[in-house]
Amino acid sequence: MRNLIHFISKYSYFFLFLLFEVFAFYILFLNNNYQGASFLNSTNAITGGLYSSYADWTDYLNLKEVNQTLAEENKRLQSQQFGSYTPLFENEIVLNDSVLQLKYVFLNSKVINNSTHRQNNYLTLNTGTLNGVKAGMGVIGPSGVVGVVKNVSEHYASVLSLLHRSAKISVKLKSSNYFGSLQWQGDNYRFGKVEDIPKHVQLNVGDTLVTSGFSATFPEGIATAVIQEFQPIEGDNFYDIKVKFLTDFKNLSQLYVVKNIYRTELEDLETLTGEGDD
Amino acid sequence: MIRSYFIYPVQFLVLVLLQVLILNNIQFSGYINPFLYLAFILWLPFETPKWLLMSISFLTGLTIDVFSNTMGMHTSASVFLAFCRPFFVELFAPRDGYEVNQRPSIQDLGLGWFLKYSAILVLCHHLFLFYVEVFRFTDFWNTLARAFSSAAFTLICIVIAEYFRVNVESKR
Repeated sequence: MRNLIHFISKYSYFFLFLLFEVFAFYILFLNNNYQGASFLNSTNAITGGLYSSYADWTDYLNLKEVNQTLAEENKRLQSQQFGSYTPLFENEIVLNDSVLQLKYVFLNSKVINNSTHRQNNYLTLNTGTLNGVKAGMGVIGPSGVVGVVKNVSEHYASVLSLLHRSAKISVKLKSSNYFGSLQWQGDNYRFGKVEDIPKHVQLNVGDTLVTSGFSATFPEGIATAVIQEFQPIEGDNFYDIKVKFLTDFKNLSQLYVVKNIYRTELEDLETLTGEGDD
Repeated sequence: MIRSYFIYPVQFLVLVLLQVLILNNIQFSGYINPFLYLAFILWLPFETPKWLLMSISFLTGLTIDVFSNTMGMHTSASVFLAFCRPFFVELFAPRDGYEVNQRPSIQDLGLGWFLKYSAILVLCHHLFLFYVEVFRFTDFWNTLARAFSSAAFTLICIVIAEYFRVNVESKR
């Protein structure tokens, strides 16, 4: 026993080092868990408060670009409005509005902290549980998917960005319905990679990829990336596709948190069949 | 003597705020991000007990982690830096050892000493940090290049901050 105590006290410095490292790696793994909530993150009152007051100051710097993107989004939405279409033939189809039911609700929120240079990037939003944000909800920007909410506190939410090594979203070609998964490679923040699109599909550079709507997180058909270059993988049935994100992740300000009203219903069903995707 | 220790909490606050609010938003070519907060650990006096040095580094790393959502990464790397520091302090000691009032600074020990002391420790920290961040060896060379370029950049920032600190302290 005395020897043991002697041994420990002799190397106490090293043991302290090990103790701290074990704790550090423990919180590292706890946090890297894709869906797992961590107990320390930037949604707490101190860091969230600091970031939001800092954002109040720095917001003015990129107002011009933000207005530009919002105006373009408005233009796009305006052109999709019912009144912008005129029927080619009279009396052909009458769209009965009560057939449609609301499925997605969008909460707008502001980015108060953002990063693009790490391997695992996160954003912090200024909306929290009090605004109805819950972990697992999707986050989209004016020009495509941005990420998934990971942690929420009362006033803030921390979002796992698409620029995260474990972020993976299901996308499909806008022209056909072939789907694949979009992932970031950890290098340039403007480019990602799409896998699982079979070789026989006709692709073109500049084709748009939209969200597939398979998971309960994102609505279908949100344009997210365009094909930059592609080549078939040797000895495999799929393409290796390099895509460019439509969203500039360095310049994010106003985002929307997507709330799917039928989410629990869909998920319950999928766990029942054991086919939870994404 | 007691009075001189009050400077450390102030340094901590200033460096952490600088790091999370300004430097974390700076990236050159998408890769290089200076970690100036290391200067706080490097500047701690020689007589700091080892356990205290390590606990302070742990808290510093944890603070940076909480702010930048990189749970555990900066904590582990900072603790590693604190673990390495005493070895290099010994290794680079002048022939007669350090004097009582000397601190690890350019003013007290010269630019050459400070450069080698901070270069090797910053490099230890960055190599540890970047490999923990990617957590595999497939991108070995890419990660190595990132660690080295960031370390060079951090070192420049620390030396600039060091001259700034010398100026502020000599004015008082």
